[in-house]
Amino acid sequence: MKVLRDTWLIFQRNMLLVYRSPLWVVLGIAQPLVYLLLFTPLLKPALGTSTMADAYRVYVPGMLVALAIASGLYVGFGLLGDLNNGVIERSRVTTVSRVALLLGRSLRDVVTVLIQSILITVLSLPFGLITNLGNILLGYAILALISLSTASISYGIAIKVNNPNVLGQVINNVAQPLMLLSGTLLPLTLAPLWLRRVADFNPFNWAATGMRALYMNHPDDMHVWASIAICAGVVVVAVSWSASLFARSVR
Amino acid sequence: MIKTKGLKKSYKTRAKRQTTTVDAVKGIDLDVAEGEIFGFLGPNGAGKTTTLRMLATLIQPDDGEATIAGANLRTEPAAVRRAIGFVAQGGGTTDDVTGREELVLQARMYGLSKVEAAKRAEEALAAFDLTEYADRKCKTYSGGQRRRVDIAMGIIHSPRVLFLDEPTSGLDPQSRAHMWEEIRRLRAEGMTVFITTHYLDEADALCDRIAIIDHGEIVAEGTPDALKREISGDVVTVGIGEEHAEKAAEVLKDQPFARGLEVRDDGELRLNVDAGDTAIPQIMRALSEAGIPLATIELHRPTLDDVFLTKTGRSLRE
Repeated sequence: MKVLRDTWLIFQRNMLLVYRSPLWVVLGIAQPLVYLLLFTPLLKPALGTSTMADAYRVYVPGMLVALAIASGLYVGFGLLGDLNNGVIERSRVTTVSRVALLLGRSLRDVVTVLIQSILITVLSLPFGLITNLGNILLGYAILALISLSTASISYGIAIKVNNPNVLGQVINNVAQPLMLLSGTLLPLTLAPLWLRRVADFNPFNWAATGMRALYMNHPDDMHVWASIAICAGVVVVAVSWSASLFARSVR
Repeated sequence: MIKTKGLKKSYKTRAKRQTTTVDAVKGIDLDVAEGEIFGFLGPNGAGKTTTLRMLATLIQPDDGEATIAGANLRTEPAAVRRAIGFVAQGGGTTDDVTGREELVLQARMYGLSKVEAAKRAEEALAAFDLTEYADRKCKTYSGGQRRRVDIAMGIIHSPRVLFLDEPTSGLDPQSRAHMWEEIRRLRAEGMTVFITTHYLDEADALCDRIAIIDHGEIVAEGTPDALKREISGDVVTVGIGEEHAEKAAEVLKDQPFARGLEVRDDGELRLNVDAGDTAIPQIMRALSEAGIPLATIELHRPTLDDVFLTKTGRSLRE
């Protein structure tokens, strides 16, 4: 109970900070929007889809997965900032739950990604993106699981390296293969067999495939449920890893 | 209130592929009484902050024992946390929230209810003269105001012991004086205050007792006055015309309070005495009984820097 109460407390504080500087949330979707406007038009001929709407239904879910992976992976910098400016230290001398300090932040990151995803979804409405609202909502659940995992991984790495320069390098090297092997730009169905086999080991590739199935209005596709199960598994592993690191290093 | 025995901490640093162990704190014994302002005086890198962070449960000692407010530092860190407040040198306020929001959050992190936290925040704001700025964002505060918010956060749960790391470093003289007043007020309310400082005047004016730390070891401990007396007592300079100097020296050198006497060329006498405030009237009486006219009389007190110099062979000001 104490963990839940304290997590809510830390979450509220972090959301207050998001609310006070909302510009970051908006800036975070600037790049996806540019892709949406300038890159997606290339996809109809490239993917051979019959309509523009279909091209968007392939591209937007992939882009949302990329957004969830990327914005999650870079949250570690914020933690390093708070470790330096004394905010974490000031919390550690209190009796607040250690796990809550981590979970409260990660949940803020999840909510940020969801707000950004909703903005992108709304802005893509004119392109005929939405076929079924229930599917879209299920898609948000997948995005929440992805960002919770990547945020936890980022916090774990940040605690391990404890240096913003090193953190940048490490995160870049984790993010790039993870994104390419998720088929977020182009679906990996276009890829050679070996690449597809490698990507099978990337949980976020399953997520991207599942998301596309949802946006194509195929909620019965096995990828949908498989991706939810797989991402939930990743969440459990990632959160326990970073929570144990956090609990040990900030005792 | 705070008792430590053999508290130790060393760090491993790696440079040029060689791992060296730095003994930051080499076995510290302390005994701080309830309701006193205890000062930890030493140069930067002496081990002050490391000791403070160990006592505040932020880092684990390699060896040694400590009891704070009756709780064992190793086995009952949660009980220690409830009993202490800690304010780091850099503080811990966030730019985009208000002082009131910071205080409420801090109280809530100690487990207080929303209502109770709001009440405590209101009281703390009033006590630290912050009510006027309570609903402005911390980034608009002056250095002194921000430091007061930090300290208000440190005492929001009414701890019995408050640890302050360099509470006045970087403050202007007025804010500094204000901060001393706040700290004295906390003592008056019965709190035990443990501060680190590298300011001699701060250790001297504010602290009831101090420990001087250098290279991870305590080199002297006591009240500032006792420490200064311990080294050389006070110095009294008596100004007399050259014609009377010899005679005055004869009179004064056999007085019981005189521990040393030196006649200078210009007819000035320098006397080492245990306590200047009692020696001065005796000097004046002895000279007037001998019929020697006195031009000037001056008392020089040794400073804590003299103490530091005697104990470590170098000055703290360097």
